Amino acid sequence: MSKLLEVNNLSTSFFTKFGEVKAVNNISFDLEPGQVLAIVGESGSGKSVTSMSVMRLVAKGGKIVNGSIMFDGKDLAKLSEKEMSKIRGKEISMIFQDPMTCLNPVFTIGNQMEESLKLHFKGMTASERHTKMLDMMEKVGLSNPEERLKQYPHELSGGMRQRIMIAMSLLCGPKLLIADEPTTALDVTIQAQIMDLMRDLSEELNTAIILITHDLGVVASIADRVNVMYCGEIVESAPVKDLYYKPLHPYTWGLLKALPRLDMKENELQPIPGSTPDLLLEQKGCPFFDRCDHAMECCRDGKPPIYEVEKGHFAKCWRYHPEFKEEQ
Amino acid sequence: MEKKKLVEVKHLKKHFTIQNSGSLFKANKDILKAVDDVSFDIYEGETLGLVGESGCGKTTLGRTIMRLYDPTGGEILFEGNDISKLNTKELAPFRKDMHMIFQDPYASLNPRMTVTEIIMESMINDTDLPAEKRKERVLELLELVGLNSDHATRFPHEFSGGQRQRVGIARSLAANPKFIVCDEPISALDVSIQAQVVNLLKELQHKLGLTYLFIAHDLSMVQYISDRVGVMYLGKMVELADSDVLYSTPLHPYTEALMSAIPIPDPDVEETKRRIIVEGEVPSPINPPSGCAFNTRCPKATERCRKECPSLKEVIPGHFVACHLYEK
Repeated sequence: MSKLLEVNNLSTSFFTKFGEVKAVNNISFDLEPGQVLAIVGESGSGKSVTSMSVMRLVAKGGKIVNGSIMFDGKDLAKLSEKEMSKIRGKEISMIFQDPMTCLNPVFTIGNQMEESLKLHFKGMTASERHTKMLDMMEKVGLSNPEERLKQYPHELSGGMRQRIMIAMSLLCGPKLLIADEPTTALDVTIQAQIMDLMRDLSEELNTAIILITHDLGVVASIADRVNVMYCGEIVESAPVKDLYYKPLHPYTWGLLKALPRLDMKENELQPIPGSTPDLLLEQKGCPFFDRCDHAMECCRDGKPPIYEVEKGHFAKCWRYHPEFKEEQ
Repeated sequence: MEKKKLVEVKHLKKHFTIQNSGSLFKANKDILKAVDDVSFDIYEGETLGLVGESGCGKTTLGRTIMRLYDPTGGEILFEGNDISKLNTKELAPFRKDMHMIFQDPYASLNPRMTVTEIIMESMINDTDLPAEKRKERVLELLELVGLNSDHATRFPHEFSGGQRQRVGIARSLAANPKFIVCDEPISALDVSIQAQVVNLLKELQHKLGLTYLFIAHDLSMVQYISDRVGVMYLGKMVELADSDVLYSTPLHPYTEALMSAIPIPDPDVEETKRRIIVEGEVPSPINPPSGCAFNTRCPKATERCRKECPSLKEVIPGHFVACHLYEK
């Protein structure tokens, strides 16, 4: 199957007065059409910067320093701003964490939704746009769409706003939807509604999704594939079931053990000791080294390469070096 | 042995008056019933979890019990003494027995004070510990929460989120309290750090015999730490039971929906799970629906639910629920 998105050796750095922060450090991954890829990691692990790099929306001070982002035969990393703006919103669109701040408070919903259609489909008439918007709003489960178009963002609840954002992002029929923590600001019952909606729409419209989240529960319910990020690197990448049932990287082990489960009682939580290292400091070895229970001498001095341990299941850890033997 | 009641909350109400935004005149005021007629007990040495969606009044309830808000009605008995109507001066002797840990470790520590000063402040206010002993006690507390003496002279910005929350915990322990209200102590932290803090809270409870009111919206974490859990919806307690019982056999339709909405980090479970998606969103607490507050979203609502508000009743020993379905 042909790939929709291929990210190769992508590095994005922020240049601060204290030095270079490698927010994304030499990562590669790909995505097939219609696939749901989850990127999980803690705050500061580079998951948002990854998506912003794909969108070419890296904040000021940051720069893609290396690598290519092949999307539909084009390298997004090398496109001009003008060419990129033709892709944004049409081919790739994005939903953000906080629906409150993503909508402009002084324009009506209709006004804001129309904008992308006006921009990307120049020949469309006003009534065609109107029908298209109503159609999409019905798809995302908004009641009284006609009325909603005339409302302002403050008149809607958080869940409704997120539905508007989803409708807006799917309006131009993108091939890829990037959802950056789409449900973090919402309550669990609303989160369940939104995740259901995203799952149905991605199947119906065959849109690929990159879902960025820190919630491994959400990932289990929707993703096909998972990338685990730590300190700007992808430490493990696997099909969703392999990740949960046969995790390979010690960090993933730690994450899964640190999570309480609603359907099981009295399994003592095992936290990962320590906290994430300072990204300003140059790391010679594995970034997880000082928190890892299984760290070895070689982990301190050399960054492990990515090993494909099983087909489609990658881990960045010295444990999967062919000469590694479990010491007991 | 009969368990001793540490805190008894009886028909507690906290109403806020807010200016009606649609009116020019000050006389038009709306009443927001943040906590409306809530009764429950907290036993010595237990952890009572409190869950609910945003705006359900769980934080207000916690703060009103702490007397950070003045209750509109009802009683709060602490070790048998009614503290709901005491003035600041009369409250002083109780202040040392109850303390609070706040949600945001970034906002709840004064950035201009060192850790020593922060922790000492509550010692000076609430205890008669002589000045020369205080320093020693600070170091003792830091050790207790897993920090060390190097940290004593630092400022809050020098710590990571998890460490800051440890400072917050050390502060809350400074006066040797019996009862601690933990208001979303882990929601601002990363998954791997959350488990550290929760385990620390559990350990401290063992060592010091503390009683917790643990407020959170993360139900899996609440289940993990709590002995009993109360569920709130629109200012009312709708269900209260032992945490195992509540999760295995929830009675109230809202609790049922809430439990099924929580994604479990296990793809197989997620695939087979039957999810109850509640329609719509939480209504405004300013003009809550008449009768049972949940009737607008409840799949099992009857005519009676729309008219009459059910009260919290003990339907099975130790299992309280406020729902007409379980009234005989």
